[in-house]
Amino acid sequence: MTYNIYIPRDTAALANNADKVALLIEKEALQRNLDIHIIRNGSRGLFWLEPLVEVQTPLGRVGFGKVCLEDVGALFDAGFHLGKSEHKLHLGLTEEIPYLAKQQRLTFARAGVIDPVSLDDYAAHDGFKGLQKALNNTPQEIVSAVTDSGLRGRGGAAFPTGIKWQTVLDCPSEQKYIVCNADEGDSGSFADRLVMEADPFMLIEGMIIAGLAVGANQGYIYLRSEYPIAHQILNEAIETAYANNYLGQDIQASGKCFELEVRLGAGAYICGEETSLLESLEGKRGLVRAKPPLPAIEGLFGKPTVINNVLSLAAIPYILDKGAAAYANYGMGRSKGTLPFQLAGNVKQGGLIELAFGTSLNQLLEEFAGGTFTGRPMHAIQVGGPLGAYLPIEQWNTPLDYESFSAIQAVLGHGSIVVFDDSVDMLEQARFSMEFCVAESCGKCTPCRIGSVRGVEVIDKIRAGINPEKNTELLEDLCETMIHGSLCAMGGMTPFPVQSAFKHFAVESQNAGEQ
Amino acid sequence: MNKPTHWDPQDVQLAIDELKDKPGALLPILHKIQDQLGYIPKESVPMIAKALQQTSAEIHGVISFYHHFRTTPSGNHVIQVCRAEACQARGSRQLESHIKNSLNIDYHGTTRDQEFTLEPVYCLGNCTNGPNIQINDKLEAEVTADKFDALKSQQTTYLVELT
Repeated sequence: MTYNIYIPRDTAALANNADKVALLIEKEALQRNLDIHIIRNGSRGLFWLEPLVEVQTPLGRVGFGKVCLEDVGALFDAGFHLGKSEHKLHLGLTEEIPYLAKQQRLTFARAGVIDPVSLDDYAAHDGFKGLQKALNNTPQEIVSAVTDSGLRGRGGAAFPTGIKWQTVLDCPSEQKYIVCNADEGDSGSFADRLVMEADPFMLIEGMIIAGLAVGANQGYIYLRSEYPIAHQILNEAIETAYANNYLGQDIQASGKCFELEVRLGAGAYICGEETSLLESLEGKRGLVRAKPPLPAIEGLFGKPTVINNVLSLAAIPYILDKGAAAYANYGMGRSKGTLPFQLAGNVKQGGLIELAFGTSLNQLLEEFAGGTFTGRPMHAIQVGGPLGAYLPIEQWNTPLDYESFSAIQAVLGHGSIVVFDDSVDMLEQARFSMEFCVAESCGKCTPCRIGSVRGVEVIDKIRAGINPEKNTELLEDLCETMIHGSLCAMGGMTPFPVQSAFKHFAVESQNAGEQ
Repeated sequence: MNKPTHWDPQDVQLAIDELKDKPGALLPILHKIQDQLGYIPKESVPMIAKALQQTSAEIHGVISFYHHFRTTPSGNHVIQVCRAEACQARGSRQLESHIKNSLNIDYHGTTRDQEFTLEPVYCLGNCTNGPNIQINDKLEAEVTADKFDALKSQQTTYLVELT
């Protein structure tokens, strides 16, 4: 009998020695004369358990985690390959692990379940059903389905995806482009990475559908260079898609064509801003463009361009397959569907949690975080990346949806949640926000380029106790200038974490200044 | 990592010729050169400029804009330390100062023995398991001061086969 054993090849698993674990399991099985078949799947997104090794049993897949090299021998001794529960790392049926069972997985339904580069595996799990429908629809029907689903851009700005697509569809042009923004630079976010490493065909399918919808035959995935594993897996998947006629000329004998290529960024956070990304793709410095013209009208190489985040494009196959209404049934108010929240920082159980919009931060922390990693009380939470506000405990009951977060001058952004314990120095965090802007500003507009440098200087003065009142006033003035005078969100939102640190954690700031 | 200190202009020319006709060819060309040589030699700038019909100033402007590209060789090992918030929340500031003290260099510096170059990085996408660092192309999670010391000595330890 052959035992099927799943060992993820995802970044988080590899960082915890998944490759060596796989080698050791293979070696150990050989010595014990056991016939095993190792499948290198993606991650389920339960990252504190990585490498999460699973074995196929008649009842389903049974998980063991986190598996270290020294555990392998004992796991075999305890009959883990039979799914036996003796070993302390035994987690039961993976699907029944509460962290996973409590989620509403639409976009991430296949993550960790399939071999990311197996086309058969993908097809056996509803893969390419959306594309099949799209091939039988008119471009307008596809765009209308996306509009009706209520999907809003998952990159952070939450602009309705359907409206963007409609604009590109309505542009008369021979050449149009689909660009996927995979420059996931926000600290605390890894949902795009998980899509690309665990289920890359879903992204490819979403991009092909986008191409069919607006009449574009060329797509680019702009991937950050910090994601080498995602790069490798995407390239393997694209090659397979070409070999099986899902990409290239005459897709599945439909007469339609779509070409797709991965382009690497080069360590510039600003290139996650869409116009800067387009400049970079064109081979230039990633300087932000003034809008208008919108990229939908004059985008890549001056042509109409759909530019969407990985998660927006990844949601498309589900919408086409199950219908716009099925997707819109999830969520609340104008925030439709699900958002993969990314719980990170100082928590015991960090990972990806896909839920419909509307759960409160408190609920999410209680049900999933498992407390802090350090064991100290949680104190400040930064939601939405380095440009998002720090939330004090009083705000943790805010529902996780776009409008509720806007109402408290915070952003949901890409859905990242970074937890800090009570040892955090909020003045230092405020300083870092400005310092990060100094390092990453593209330099095109003055409020961002100069404002951030002045911001660091003024905060340093406040920390040193030099005229703290006057300098705090000056900092507030500077923040307002950056918010209202910057060309894009980099300079325009850098003040949010700074202001929130002063507004909600004022006492600590003063104390730190006096020390 | 073995990085050649002498480079053959012909190899660079081959990389340029292979990629120059792609739309937006500059970043792919720069990546290819840096992947091959470990850095982008200053002397290759006019070669790239000529192939893309741009000025050397334009090429230089692009190279200097992106943190990833370097114009001088690095040490034998490049250590990138994540400075972003999720790692800060798990102790990266303390780790950062330990690493700087241990190597006796600041960011962008190279140790005198040419073994290590230290670079900051803003997020490696493993934010649940920080603090993260990357040594050459290998990501290391949950790095403590002790773990760093062990990793560091692994990099400078060589196996000598005695037969």
